[in-house]
Amino acid sequence: MNPLTHAETVALALSFKVSLVGVLCSLPVAVGCAWLLARTRFFGKPLFEGLLLLPLILPPVVTGYILLMVFGHHGPIGHLLDEAGLSIAFRWTGAALAAAVMAFPLLVVALRNAFESVDRKLENAAATLGAGAWRIFFGITLPLSLRGLVAGLALAFARAFGEFGATITFVSSIPGQTRTLPIELYELISTPGGEGGALRLTLVAVIVALLASLIAAMMLLRGGARRTEAEA
Amino acid sequence: MIELDIALDRGEFALELALASPARALALFGHSGCGKTSTLLAIAGLLHPRKGRIAIGEHVLFDGDARIDLPPARRELGVVFQDARLFPHFTARENLRYGMPRGATATAFDDVVQLLGLSALLKRRPGQLSGGQIRRVAIGRALLRQPHALLLDEPLANLHREARMEVLEHLRGLKRGFALTTILVSHQPDEVIALADSVARIEDGRLAALDDIETFRASVKSLDAPHLLAAG
Repeated sequence: MNPLTHAETVALALSFKVSLVGVLCSLPVAVGCAWLLARTRFFGKPLFEGLLLLPLILPPVVTGYILLMVFGHHGPIGHLLDEAGLSIAFRWTGAALAAAVMAFPLLVVALRNAFESVDRKLENAAATLGAGAWRIFFGITLPLSLRGLVAGLALAFARAFGEFGATITFVSSIPGQTRTLPIELYELISTPGGEGGALRLTLVAVIVALLASLIAAMMLLRGGARRTEAEA
Repeated sequence: MIELDIALDRGEFALELALASPARALALFGHSGCGKTSTLLAIAGLLHPRKGRIAIGEHVLFDGDARIDLPPARRELGVVFQDARLFPHFTARENLRYGMPRGATATAFDDVVQLLGLSALLKRRPGQLSGGQIRRVAIGRALLRQPHALLLDEPLANLHREARMEVLEHLRGLKRGFALTTILVSHQPDEVIALADSVARIEDGRLAALDDIETFRASVKSLDAPHLLAAG
């Protein structure tokens, strides 16, 4: 028997969908950015890193407002998406974008640490065996970073699952479309008699966060200490 | 012919090494920190000289004037690192196959496996191998790259006596069985005498002498492992 009401169940399912899509969409970009930070030197790297981490530091409402300005109906990209019939403003895809943006820095930080923990000597050995950059990355670096990657995904998922400020600012609170679990919780708290529902959703949120945290901790603790060494 | 003309700065240490040797097996001999391994890494393409030229036979690997600096993957060298650098997530078989050229035959694989006595180890991961076994897999992996030259960095270092004898015996077999140019880095006179035809003595990043093996043998006053000499 489902202890949640229909609205709560819809919000929970939507949260899972939005978080999963958001995190998976941000993963390739996060992998690329984390690799750049871990393995290359370039002019303006601190600024680049700062920009990547910005969603972690900015008030979520500000991030949501920026997303609205850029991807809203009158924004430069949102306008183009509207014309192409791919509007994301006030739709679940917009909520997924907000989740992706907010989870992105956590993913980058976790992946960067994971890549840095891979012994570069192994990558050099692979190069002497004729492997190109892609083969080294997919055959050596990524498999040896797997624990960090899973930990990062778990944390990013939890962050996306709990996303509120940017989402409500960017895509509002539309039942079935953008009303994710935290927004449903907020609505329940604001409604007289909604305490029971609020408590149920709070429990769900705590369980999801705990599970994500547990997965991340297990991955990081069992990952061992393969520290990067410079060439002898 | 092995041609080395390497000018390389590493912090306060300056390597200025120039030699040409017709030997098939050349040893770079000297005390720890004299620049032997830096020379080997420069030949492998993992360190980049400021100027100079590195050529083995017809293969020009680096030429500062001609702006040639082949990446490690295109140098077609078999490098055996002192710390072996086997890929920890691969089995011995997968490690051995990693650098094999596309057209390599199964016979080539079987020959190397047999030569180095690796048949029983193929399914094991590096964590399940002894020091001597790890070194043998690393040698096999380098050979299966089908290189035009083999680079050995202290191949017997940090091995106990039995493992030293075991690896040395295989290296001797290799010398007999493969007509392969070999550059060996060592600070052990017995190892040099057992495996090299010619010896470049390096002191403080410079060539102190280039001796044939008999001259070197005569000049070595005391050997720390006379049994190895006797075996050679």
